[in-house]
Amino acid sequence: MRFDLKNDALRKLNQYLHENPEKQVAVRNPAGRHNIAVGIDADIDVDIHGHVGYYCAGMNQNSRVTIHGNAGPAVAENIMSGCVRVHGNASQYAGASGHGGTLIIDGDASSRCGISMKGIDIVVAGSVGHMSAFMAQKGHMVICGDAGDFLGDSIYEAIIYVRGKLGELGADCVEKELTPIHREKLASLLMLAGLDHSVEGFRRFGSARDLYHFDIDHAGKY
Amino acid sequence: MARQRSKQYKDTHMPDVISQRPSATFPLDVLDEIHRAADQGIYEIRGLGAKRKLPTFDDLLFLGASMSRYPLEGYREKCATNVTLGNRFAKTPIELDIPITIAGMSFGALGAHAKESIGRAATLMGTSTTTGDGGMTEEERQSSKTLVYQVLPSRYGLNPDDLRRADAIEVVVGQGAKPGGGGMLLGQKITERVAEMRDLPTGIDQRSACRHPDWTGPDDLEIKIQELREITDWQIPIYVKVGASRVGFDVALAVKAGADVIVVDGMQGGTAATQDVFIEHVGVPTLPAVRLAVEALQELKMHRKVHLIVSGGIRSGADAAKALALGADAVSIGSAAMIAIGCNRNAYIEDYKALGTLPGYCHHCHTGRCPVGVATQDPHLESRLVPEQGAQWLRNYLSTMVLEMQTVARACGKSHVLNLEPEDLTALTIEAAAMARIPLVGTNWIPGNNQT
Repeated sequence: MRFDLKNDALRKLNQYLHENPEKQVAVRNPAGRHNIAVGIDADIDVDIHGHVGYYCAGMNQNSRVTIHGNAGPAVAENIMSGCVRVHGNASQYAGASGHGGTLIIDGDASSRCGISMKGIDIVVAGSVGHMSAFMAQKGHMVICGDAGDFLGDSIYEAIIYVRGKLGELGADCVEKELTPIHREKLASLLMLAGLDHSVEGFRRFGSARDLYHFDIDHAGKY
Repeated sequence: MARQRSKQYKDTHMPDVISQRPSATFPLDVLDEIHRAADQGIYEIRGLGAKRKLPTFDDLLFLGASMSRYPLEGYREKCATNVTLGNRFAKTPIELDIPITIAGMSFGALGAHAKESIGRAATLMGTSTTTGDGGMTEEERQSSKTLVYQVLPSRYGLNPDDLRRADAIEVVVGQGAKPGGGGMLLGQKITERVAEMRDLPTGIDQRSACRHPDWTGPDDLEIKIQELREITDWQIPIYVKVGASRVGFDVALAVKAGADVIVVDGMQGGTAATQDVFIEHVGVPTLPAVRLAVEALQELKMHRKVHLIVSGGIRSGADAAKALALGADAVSIGSAAMIAIGCNRNAYIEDYKALGTLPGYCHHCHTGRCPVGVATQDPHLESRLVPEQGAQWLRNYLSTMVLEMQTVARACGKSHVLNLEPEDLTALTIEAAAMARIPLVGTNWIPGNNQT
């Protein structure tokens, strides 16, 4: 099934995707429109040929959405399952509060990538901006390039892997040992994204858990 | 006499009168707080809402009908209470039998029995209840005929399945107890079930964000609302809830962003756990907030098109009727609903004392040790609130509120509570007259109104 957003209304596309869609859906001329392919709950493949605006593939369940272009803010926000792939760069809040599924960004991601992530796995082939993985609760973030300042600020139990240079770490985010279990998970995520980096070049970061309970001695960290 | 006292003091160094002159600057409660802060080195965190004296609806009175207009016969002539909310864009607006809804309170802050009690009562009364931070529980969905699903900054438990099975969505920008602040749930209330719903470790002090993770500002919010509409196929209304602060701007921006319904929560609104300094010193009371919100809607010619729900310290049918008379389409109750199902009830005195308080004074929702089983996850304490009993209490309370609203509405000659209007009110104090833009009783003076 093909949609051309030059002529077809966004509402028509999303309604179709919510009602027993065909296995393959192609979308042309997205022209940066917001809210493309949001709320899908179907085992389908959606290919979007061009750049998209806010919230593309938001709250995705089960489907595989591929964006052949750049993505605006909050691509795959609150994704539950399935996979969203951006062949270009992604703007801020990529994968925000994602509960599951996978987000792969072939280019760079802007600030607050993976903010409040709750189980999503995010692989960024390039670099991420400041405050990425802010309040990250669960899931994994793989950063093959550099990470901006305040990575993992107020992080809970999410795990971050970084290959490139680091800015200042966020509050309560510390480097941890890259154990065999973590190497295995990292390798599987790199393979899923089609990236051939060696796991040896990565460092692991997670929570020091010092902010898990209010403590006057840690007040300066907030 | 003075000489005698002075002599006695010199003789014994013991005064015969113990001075008990209090300081207006440092009264006992201020002294206690300074001592507590000196001991603990951290701000006080507590539940419920503002305890300070604030301008309230008590400062307004209704002008019953007499010669210039006639009243309706009590019990005989109809005074309707139904209300439709959210028909600006939604295909399926909310239809309620009464204009009193139940405000968002999280599972986590409240126990499952409390949520079930509230859901049952709301259903029996033909009104809506609202989820809270932490997502939607099965008990809540099953017990609530009309359920409003909150989308909060934390996004705890947020999922599209629950969005689609909700009857309306409420995007929470802020709440009256802490406009500009995020949520807080202390570790003792993060049980395994609560932790699982929120994707957090058990037992940790949980801090919710004060801003949404994927939008900032009204232009973004407009796109976010469109996303929620697209996901739900434009079926259900979208509410936007703001804590009362810059009410006029916030309401106008919520209209611009595409809200079907705007909820304005005054600073008397409650919370499960927040810094006391936030509760007592940030925000705007509900009384002026209603007027500011209505004026903003009227200025945009959207009054009664974008519906207004007012909350924050609504306690009675009189409060609700006054809010409607000022232009609200409905009110929402949170703390009052908790009180109806047992909060601060005079029972289990020893458990109150163990918290360092007594019935009537308790604000220890944050501890998870609620003696009456409302704001707790402890199975033993929660067993003290039987959902059927809680539902009956809240139903009775809501019924009383409705009867009170109808009583004053009929007295003002109104066949529907939504027909109440500012002209039916008079203000008891200059402050209330200025804040509500209602003439001071016995005059036609509205302070701040340049035309009088």
